[in-house]
Amino acid sequence: MSGWRAADGGPVIPNFGHGTACLRNNHWFCPSWVREHWSDILQPALLQHIYLLLISVSIGFAISFALALVAFRFRWLGPTFGALGDFLYCLPSIALFTILLPITGITVTTIVIPLIAYTLFVIYPNILAGLRGVPPEVLESARGMGLTRRQTFWRVELPLAVPAIMAGLRVATVSTIAIATIAAFVIHYGLGAPIFDALEQPDFRTELVAGGALAILLALGADALLALLQRALTPWSRIR
Amino acid sequence: MPTEAAELVFDEATKVYPGRDGAAVDHLSLTVSAGEICVLVGPSGGGKTTALKLVNRLIPLTSGDIRIDGTSILAHDLTELRRSIGYVIQQVGLFPHMTIEANIGTVPRLLGWQRQRIRERVGELLELVGLDPEEDRRRFPAELSGGQRQRVGLARALAVNPPLMLMDEPFGAIDPIVRARLQDEFLRLQHELRKTVVFVTHDIDEAIKVGDRIAILREGGRLVQYDTPQQILEQPADGFVAEFVGRDRALKALTLRTLGDLDLSGAVADGLPELPADTSLRDALALLVAERHDALVVLGSDGAPLGVATREDLLR
Repeated sequence: MSGWRAADGGPVIPNFGHGTACLRNNHWFCPSWVREHWSDILQPALLQHIYLLLISVSIGFAISFALALVAFRFRWLGPTFGALGDFLYCLPSIALFTILLPITGITVTTIVIPLIAYTLFVIYPNILAGLRGVPPEVLESARGMGLTRRQTFWRVELPLAVPAIMAGLRVATVSTIAIATIAAFVIHYGLGAPIFDALEQPDFRTELVAGGALAILLALGADALLALLQRALTPWSRIR
Repeated sequence: MPTEAAELVFDEATKVYPGRDGAAVDHLSLTVSAGEICVLVGPSGGGKTTALKLVNRLIPLTSGDIRIDGTSILAHDLTELRRSIGYVIQQVGLFPHMTIEANIGTVPRLLGWQRQRIRERVGELLELVGLDPEEDRRRFPAELSGGQRQRVGLARALAVNPPLMLMDEPFGAIDPIVRARLQDEFLRLQHELRKTVVFVTHDIDEAIKVGDRIAILREGGRLVQYDTPQQILEQPADGFVAEFVGRDRALKALTLRTLGDLDLSGAVADGLPELPADTSLRDALALLVAERHDALVVLGSDGAPLGVATREDLLR
């Protein structure tokens, strides 16, 4: 990865050779660099990453929900969708990015499409499992009380599926944050950008650690936020 | 609370499941008078739950008819029919994500009742079934015991004061002590409310205790006897019924009457055991056997002696 840099005989850290001792010695983490480049490198990368996350998970959730509804209504479609999902999930993300590159070009779209595809097949089976997991006696009493099919869905099945749906969203969110860093392989975008930069010059440790740490913090933060949301949405599920 | 009840008629009601030999319910004809509890009892495979679910059309009839106050269930809109019949099942089926108040208010909400009216009705019902109208309404089902949950199930079924109640082994999953208490409370409630009730159980003792009339169904959904508990115990229609009610049916018959039902003789002697007049003859006999006495003193509700009942009186 650092071959071409070594060949031109420049300084080990070409961009930051004039920096502190910490930087010149390429220590694992130099706070001064982070402070200096927060607003021009790290913050924009973080915001881009959050943007990728929101777009992918929300579109992925919408599509998953629609697919799960169809599969829930027409039971025989479930296995078909499931197999398709497993297949897509098995494709390595870099391969998927590369396949799309000639079609959608070096754009954010090229990143977002695979990210959506991955969320789809984490969220979709969770929604479906949640809907199908409603206890039979609950459904029977709903039917016996004269709830229509639609009322049963909105008032009983969907609310009871919320814990499973939220679990799917949490996994999808964390995995999207991770996979999205690889997207910088295609286009200089998101938290993957500083990480790839750091690897290329060569192995600039502070930038590598800062980019990685931000991705981890983002994942932890988003997961905690969703966990709180789940608690707020399902006060009943905490009682056991 | 208005005490309205409907007459329920099974008229040659038949259910045959496609692809299965024989009927699940076979030309069942019986009439449940308004305000009576009809217990469907029998071995598994007797079609008692199927017969119950034919009424609110959870299972569609194959042939025959069922009428509520003279109107065929098939003439009702399905949703309206179900909302007008109280339905209680063994596993209760409370909505785990709703508070007790929201559970009980389900059908009233569907019928568009005002919020305030629902609140008041929920309070009324919680009190009726022996729960705390303030504390318990905010709880979730997972916070209640099995017995409390079934009370809520009963309250939910009573929410819109339906003239007909269907109860499918409502106390079947509850431990014996709580079960006996729930049965007693249910009978007390029924004494007030006078609903028409169809009650399914596989427990003949429960049937005898709860039923105004008992319908005994056997394999293939055939009705073998439909009679009062007394008649079923004293004159079983055939060997199947006799065996089903058990060898101790004479003793069971004693549970149906109390000391107060007897003609008592006047002479009250000292040293005899004393029992209140609402004690069942079976419990009274058990006491005489245990304490090796031949007679006991019957006490009125004020504790004053009403007279003496002898062992012969009990067994007459």
